[in-house]
Amino acid sequence: MEPIIEMINVHKTFGSRKILKGMNLRVKKGETMVILGPSGTGKSVSLKHITGLTIPDEGDCKIFGKSISYSKEKIRKEIRARMGVLFQSGALINWLSVYENVALPLREHKLASGKELDRIVMEKLRWLDLVHAKDNLPGDISGGMKKRAGIARALTTNPEILLYDEPTSGLDPVMSNVFNELILRMQKELHVTSVVVTHDMQSAYMIADRISFIYEGEVIFCGTPDQIKESSNPLVIQFILGETRGPMTLDHSEKKD
Amino acid sequence: MNIFILNLIKEYIYGAGYTIILLLKTVVQIKSSFFKKNEIIHQMYIAGISSLFVVSIVAVFTGMIMGLNAGLGLKDFGAEGQIGLLLTITLTREMSPFMTALILSASVGSAIAAELGTMKVSEEIDALEVMSIDPVRYLVMPRVLGFSTMVPVLCVYSTILGIIGGAVVGHFQLGVDYQIYFNDVSARIGSVPGLKDLYVGLFKGLVFGVIISIISCSHGLRTTNGAIGVGKATRESVVISFLVVIFFGYVMTAFFYR
Repeated sequence: MEPIIEMINVHKTFGSRKILKGMNLRVKKGETMVILGPSGTGKSVSLKHITGLTIPDEGDCKIFGKSISYSKEKIRKEIRARMGVLFQSGALINWLSVYENVALPLREHKLASGKELDRIVMEKLRWLDLVHAKDNLPGDISGGMKKRAGIARALTTNPEILLYDEPTSGLDPVMSNVFNELILRMQKELHVTSVVVTHDMQSAYMIADRISFIYEGEVIFCGTPDQIKESSNPLVIQFILGETRGPMTLDHSEKKD
Repeated sequence: MNIFILNLIKEYIYGAGYTIILLLKTVVQIKSSFFKKNEIIHQMYIAGISSLFVVSIVAVFTGMIMGLNAGLGLKDFGAEGQIGLLLTITLTREMSPFMTALILSASVGSAIAAELGTMKVSEEIDALEVMSIDPVRYLVMPRVLGFSTMVPVLCVYSTILGIIGGAVVGHFQLGVDYQIYFNDVSARIGSVPGLKDLYVGLFKGLVFGVIISIISCSHGLRTTNGAIGVGKATRESVVISFLVVIFFGYVMTAFFYR
């Protein structure tokens, strides 16, 4: 099956720091790909390349077979219209209520109005169990609710691809599992293709069809959760066991993404 | 040291280019201003109504200080009765647009830079771009339009208050009769040079409004490095706005009066 998300030999440098050094990633339709790796190895930067927010110095990112890195703005918008992103903090517009945040893409692109808009927004809010908070401002709700509102907003345009940047970070174990179940439910019911950036091993095992392990800007392992558990790569073993001693130095795991 | 200066120059050139391109993009987006009318009105309210108090205080006291200084100087020549004329020329031509611009740059311009800067570091701008919502259309254009339209309005308002402030000082401290004072004011404003001063002052206000709002938006959208970056963007937006306003103030005065 042809991949619908492809990162082909992507290189990226910020200042004097090389973040991505030939990153390759292929995600098939309907698949949930988890990107794992220590901090500072380029996980979030990879996600930004997939959204087209960051342009590679070398290499290309193709979504639905079209380059999002080098296409004209019109093509890029067409690709993004089929994509939803959950940012780490939810990235809700802080002066709009939860309802208005979820309605934002529909209003701005005039995709729906009046009762139709209300129906779509309320459906997403019910799905994410946010109806009771619909009139609240982002500053008045918890981190978990912000993330759920972020997902609700991403879902309003019925995306085929969903990208998650650290969906379970800062959440308690119960809420983390709620999110994991939500991601699984979206794959099952909405058949979306997902790319999830996380540090959370439990979450990765639960939701992933495949896991890509990034270290120093390139994928050093890609396989199913069962395969990663049996990996003999010392870097992978150290990371999944969370050991402080090993080939992965503190220096590498403390750099910022 | 040389590398530091070189990087600083590169940063300023990049910033200037970014701001000019942002201005052009904003001009293009004016076509969609009807769909953003509520947001524009909201921004007009922030720039206009919420700044009214500080503009009022500064305008009245500026008029009083200028009136007193000019009156004391003119008194030596027995010409203190001319302060109405002098204040009208100075306020309409130069002081009101300049004073209003500086006040709004420090209060509203800095708030715009901080607001957009915070949105940038908390990924809200990225979220808009991913949703194919143009941040220039959604955030910048309403702020620039709302702000720029309110500066000339506040210029007129601060001119009126400054003239009243001058009248009060002239009456109580220099003994200038209100009728003589306001006759001079109305004669000047009704004359051709007076009208020219008024229009030039309004034009300056408009230009200053565009300069401050676009510089503030530009700094906000280029913010990096979290809270420190927001502080830096806010401070730089005010400093650079001041410098550019002073420069263009001189250029416009030279162009219209030389």
